[in-house]
Amino acid sequence: MSNVIFKSALAWTLYFALSTPLAVAQDILGSPQLGKPVTQMDLSELDLIASKESVLPAGSGTAFQGREIYASKCASCHGAEGLGGAARQPLVGGNMKTEEVPTRTVGSYWPHASTLFDYVRRAMPANAPKSLSNTEVYQVIAYVLYMNGLIDQYKVINAETLLTLKMPNAGGFIDMSASD
Amino acid sequence: MSIRKTNRAELSAVEPKGESATTDLMVAGNGLMSRRLLLGLGLGGAGLSAASGALGADFSMPAWSKQPGPGPSGYGQPSRFVADIQRDPGRANPLYPGGGASRTPLHQLRGTITPNGLHFERHHAGVPEIDPAAHTLFINGLVERPVVFDYESLLRYPMVSRTQFLECSGNSGALFRDTAVDGTAQSINGLVSCAEWTGIPLSVLLDEAGVSPEARWVSAVGADAASMGRSIPLKKAVDDVLVALFQNGEPLRPEQGYPVRLFVPGWEGNVSVKWLTQIKLSKEPSQFRDETSKYTDTLADRSSLQFTFPMGVKSIITSPSGKMQLQTHGLYQIEGLAWSGAGSISKVEISADGGATWAEAAIDAQAGDKSLARFRLPWRWQGNSAQLISRATDNHGNIQPTRNQLLAEKGALAFYHFNAQQCWEVSSNGEVKNTYV
Repeated sequence: MSNVIFKSALAWTLYFALSTPLAVAQDILGSPQLGKPVTQMDLSELDLIASKESVLPAGSGTAFQGREIYASKCASCHGAEGLGGAARQPLVGGNMKTEEVPTRTVGSYWPHASTLFDYVRRAMPANAPKSLSNTEVYQVIAYVLYMNGLIDQYKVINAETLLTLKMPNAGGFIDMSASD
Repeated sequence: MSIRKTNRAELSAVEPKGESATTDLMVAGNGLMSRRLLLGLGLGGAGLSAASGALGADFSMPAWSKQPGPGPSGYGQPSRFVADIQRDPGRANPLYPGGGASRTPLHQLRGTITPNGLHFERHHAGVPEIDPAAHTLFINGLVERPVVFDYESLLRYPMVSRTQFLECSGNSGALFRDTAVDGTAQSINGLVSCAEWTGIPLSVLLDEAGVSPEARWVSAVGADAASMGRSIPLKKAVDDVLVALFQNGEPLRPEQGYPVRLFVPGWEGNVSVKWLTQIKLSKEPSQFRDETSKYTDTLADRSSLQFTFPMGVKSIITSPSGKMQLQTHGLYQIEGLAWSGAGSISKVEISADGGATWAEAAIDAQAGDKSLARFRLPWRWQGNSAQLISRATDNHGNIQPTRNQLLAEKGALAFYHFNAQQCWEVSSNGEVKNTYV
């Protein structure tokens, strides 16, 4: 028994020395490989990542269409004009350059418009996350962008136009991940 | 000595054996003594003589020695006499359902392991009640074979155990403010805890899915109502990140991510995504709200630092600490916790005179990689005011900065990653208060 263990330990050591890092972990740790295949179609309800690389869903909306949703589902916390409201979470206003302590809002701070779709779809409204349809998400984020003066109220926001929209603070971040 | 109570906890001094013996061992200003005192040079008998007075006059047989107590129980609970050792969940905010944080009562704990029920919490939409039989973890994106795992099958995977700290990058953020907040070690610094985490190296699961050569980032998403997500570089993901299922030997607590969480050693707590349900490989980060709008620090020139992952070298004194009350002059043990996201703690120094002179503290020999280290040093309080500061150095030579150094580097707009030296001021009447030097 101990001889067997010794031999496998020796084999593992050789693997460790010769293999790429990813292969090492598997060989040494002996993965039972119990994962089951899954398709992107299976995950259509669960994979909510909306980014440059992940395809945003079909649907579209304008600020004009989103005004009503904002008033009924968002304004009670964020304020009628998005200036903070009861939750003190402003979506509108702020200026990174001129304010002594800059107010971080979608307009002043958020570097990517895709984050707005991603976050609203997965987490908002806070008392009923994931209750909005994709179309409603497009509509209400169009309204938030409109309140920030970034689009007019008839601009159609969809997968394509959202990703091409340049946010005011897009160049305001320094990626520190390479220094780790 | 009793330090259980949060407000006005009372600390009593223990007198050393001989006055002359201890003055020889003074190694820094304002009463700091050699750590060699802790290594066997004799405080042993001193405690006894001082303690007998604290016992009170009743030497009759106590009631609990005269009748049997309750028998074994299914899941043990702390003594009712320590019921005041609690996290501080604060008041619920109806506009932020389930959101918020609770902090570990660092000033009431000794050792280095945080009990599971006292591990700090930070939730973005409350604690989901997850049935493990209905929970899945899937890996998709830039992989050869998108795969899904259920909880039962994850339990069959090879696991490793690591005792490591977790710290929220917002911990001690109040110390960036101009005015020193009047708080406790818990209320100021309690967003750090340490546990033995047991889980599957993420690299094992990634290997099974087959990471595509162009993938550089991993997005992790939780199954809470916020579906909280964070992106981490693939390089870190395959280095030492765990898909953790156990905490201090038992299945994760719900508020720590039951049934499964990511554990990212040494990095800001938010990336250790709880209730883990998705791992997605990509070329670029996903730019989640919690890595753009939050968990980023704005510098004086108004540019903002993103993906500032590692937690800096840091230490805090847990006793004496804020809102405690020293009762009598004499010998105390200063103790606290030190840690570094870069590795292990190699040295902790303590000053009792606001940083003018320093003495090296004793550190638990077993303090490991990215774990909490407990440090201790004897200190003789002579009744004058004292400014107690600790300063940690890690095994890479990183030294915990002063507050002024950190502010000079990060500017006044920063909020996250406060790791500077903190000062507790002991007034001549024994009150202990947070202060700036």
